[in-house]
Amino acid sequence: MFKGLDRNDIRLMLVVALVTLAAPLILNPFPADSAWAQFNAGYPDLMQRFVIYGIFAIGFNILFGLTGYLSFGHAAFLGVGSYAAVWMFKLLSMNVVPAVLAAMAIAGLFSLAIGWISLRRTGIYFSILTLAFAQMSYNLAYSVLTPITNGETGLQISINDPRVLDRAFGTAASDSVPYPDFFGLQMNDTASFEFFGRVFQFSVGYYFAAMLFLAAFYLALRLFRSPFGLMLRGVKTNQSRLEYTGINPRPYTLAAFVISGVYAGLAGGLLAAMDPLAGAERMQWTASGEVVLMTILGGVGTLLGPVLGAGFIKYFENILSKINDQILHQWFAFLPDGMEDFMVTLVSPFVGKGWHLTLGVLFMLVVIFLPGGLVEGFQRIGRLLARLVGRGRKPVSDDDKGGA
Amino acid sequence: MAILEIRGVGKRFGGLQALRDVNLSVEEGHVHAIIGPNGAGKSTLLNCLVGKLVPDEGTVVFDGRSLLGRKPWEINQMGISRVFQTPEIYSELTVLENVMIACLARRDGVFRLEAWKTLAEEDDIRGKAMQVLADLKMEDKADAHSAALSRGDKRRLELAMCLSQEPRLLLLDEPTAGMARADTNRTIELLKEIQERLGITMVIIEHDMHVVFSLAERITVMAQGTVLVEDVPERIRGNPKVQEAYLGGHG
Repeated sequence: MFKGLDRNDIRLMLVVALVTLAAPLILNPFPADSAWAQFNAGYPDLMQRFVIYGIFAIGFNILFGLTGYLSFGHAAFLGVGSYAAVWMFKLLSMNVVPAVLAAMAIAGLFSLAIGWISLRRTGIYFSILTLAFAQMSYNLAYSVLTPITNGETGLQISINDPRVLDRAFGTAASDSVPYPDFFGLQMNDTASFEFFGRVFQFSVGYYFAAMLFLAAFYLALRLFRSPFGLMLRGVKTNQSRLEYTGINPRPYTLAAFVISGVYAGLAGGLLAAMDPLAGAERMQWTASGEVVLMTILGGVGTLLGPVLGAGFIKYFENILSKINDQILHQWFAFLPDGMEDFMVTLVSPFVGKGWHLTLGVLFMLVVIFLPGGLVEGFQRIGRLLARLVGRGRKPVSDDDKGGA
Repeated sequence: MAILEIRGVGKRFGGLQALRDVNLSVEEGHVHAIIGPNGAGKSTLLNCLVGKLVPDEGTVVFDGRSLLGRKPWEINQMGISRVFQTPEIYSELTVLENVMIACLARRDGVFRLEAWKTLAEEDDIRGKAMQVLADLKMEDKADAHSAALSRGDKRRLELAMCLSQEPRLLLLDEPTAGMARADTNRTIELLKEIQERLGITMVIIEHDMHVVFSLAERITVMAQGTVLVEDVPERIRGNPKVQEAYLGGHG
C-alpha cells in the first residue's frame, strides 16, 4: 500500500490517520463541567466539519497548490454535491453510499464543463471566470432552478419521498423523517463515554467522514508524488517550457480541475449525509473564498497545510462566533467597572458575528509574516526547538523539511 | 538528405517585414549556424519552426511533414527540441525533476494521467535523467533547486532536458550568450562531443563568431529578414557581403 512512498510520507500518513481516528479523545482535553469546556472541539458536529472541509481544502490545493490556478468558484461544486446527495436520499435510498457517489459524479461532470471553459484563460481572468460561474450557479439555485433546489428554503427530505430502493427492501421508515445511514448504521448514532469528567463521543457520522477523509488524503499524497503531480508543478513554474517539452498543459490542468471538483463534490455530499439538507448559500462566493483562506492559511502546495487551515478556521469560527457580550463581561469581570466596559467594547467587534474580523487580521498576519502558512510556522517552531534542545551537540538535520 | 526544408517563408508584424522569402535547408547530422546582425530575423525564424509563430507565407517541412499550424508540443513530439536564449527551466523544481519532466514527456506523449504510481517507482525515467545529467557533468547537482544554479548551469540544465529527449533536431538560440570565455569554450566542447556521439542535427543561432566557426559545418547569413548568403565556414569568412552586413559599411 505504501509502495513508492518514502519514510517521511509514510510517517506523515500514519500520524494523520492516528490523529484523525483518535480525534474524539484528543480534541476533548477539558472536563465537561469546567469553564474551559467551551474550548473543546471533540464533539461530532465540529469534528465532522473538520474532516469534511479538510477534504474540500485538500482537493482545492491539488488545483491551486500544484498548478497555481486560483479558482474562486469551488463552492459551486460543494453545493452541487450537496444537492446531488439530497436528491439521492429522496429518490433512491437513505443509504449514504449512492448519495456520496452521485455527489462526486455530478460535481465531476459540472467541474468538467466549467473547467473546460475557464481554463482557456490563465491568471486573474481564470479566477474571474470561475467566480462568475459560481455566482451564476448560486443565483440559478436560488431562483430559476427552484423545482430542483427548492430555492431559498433549501432542499430537504420528507416522509413522502419515493426512496424506491428503501421501499423495495422494506427498510423505509413510515412514521418519521428518516436519517441518512450506512447500511443500517445511522449517521447521528453516537456512543458516549464519560472518563474523569470528560465526555467522549464516538459518532458513526464522524467515522464515516473520517475514513473518506483519510482515503482522500492518501490519494492526494500519491498524486503529489506522481508523474502527474510533477507535470502539474511544471504548469505552475513554467507552462511555456512544458509546451516546448512536448506536453499539452490543457488536459493536465483540466484533469486537476476535475479532480479537485470531485473532492469538493465529496465534501458537499458528506455535508448532506451528516445533515440532509442543501441550500444555495453553500455555493455563494463567501464559501468559495473560505476554501482559498483555508489553503493559504495552512500552507499552499503542502499536503498538511489545507487540512490545518480548514481545522483552524472551523475551530475558531465555532469558538469565536459563540462568544457574546455577556461572556466577555464574565471574562473581564475582574477589572474595575470602567476598564471592564472598555475591554468589552474593544474586543466585542472581533467575536460573535464579527469573528470574520479576527479571521481577516489573522489572515493578513499569516500572509505577511508566514507566507508558507501554518505549516511553515510549525516548521520554524520545530527547528527552533531542535536548536534549543540540540544546541552545541550536533547539527540539526532538515529531515522534516517539505515532509508536510 | 535535408531533414529540414524552409521554402519562401515570410512573416510580417504590422508594418515590419520580419522575414522575407527565407529559404534554408539543413542536412541531417549537420551543425548549421544562422548568423546575422540584431534584427536580422533569426529568432523569428526559429519561432516559426517551433510553433510559437505561424509564417504568413511559405512552407516549413521537417522529415517530410509540414510543421505549419502545429502546436509546440506536437512539434516537440516529432523530434524537435529547443534551447532558449534565456534559459527556460522549471525554477521551483530540482534539477533532476526538470530533466525527469522531459523524459516523461518523451515516454508518455502529450498527456498521461498517472497519479497513483509515484516518481520513486519510475526507475527507468530516473536512471535516464541521471545518465544525461552525468553526461553533462551535473549529477552532483541533481537534488539542487534549479533556481539556485548559476546562469551557465541553467543553460546546461536546459540542454540536458533537450538531450534527454533524444531529439532529431536540436535548436539552440545563442547557447553561449552572456558566458565568460572559459564557459563558452566548455559549451563548444560539450556540443561537439554530443554531435560526434549522437549525430544530432543542430541549428544554432549565434553572435559569437568563435563559437560559429568552431562548430558549424554550414553557415547561413541573414540580414534584414532575408538570407544573404549560405556557404561553408571557410568561404563565409572572406565574403564581402557578410562583412558589409556586419560592419555596416565597406569592410
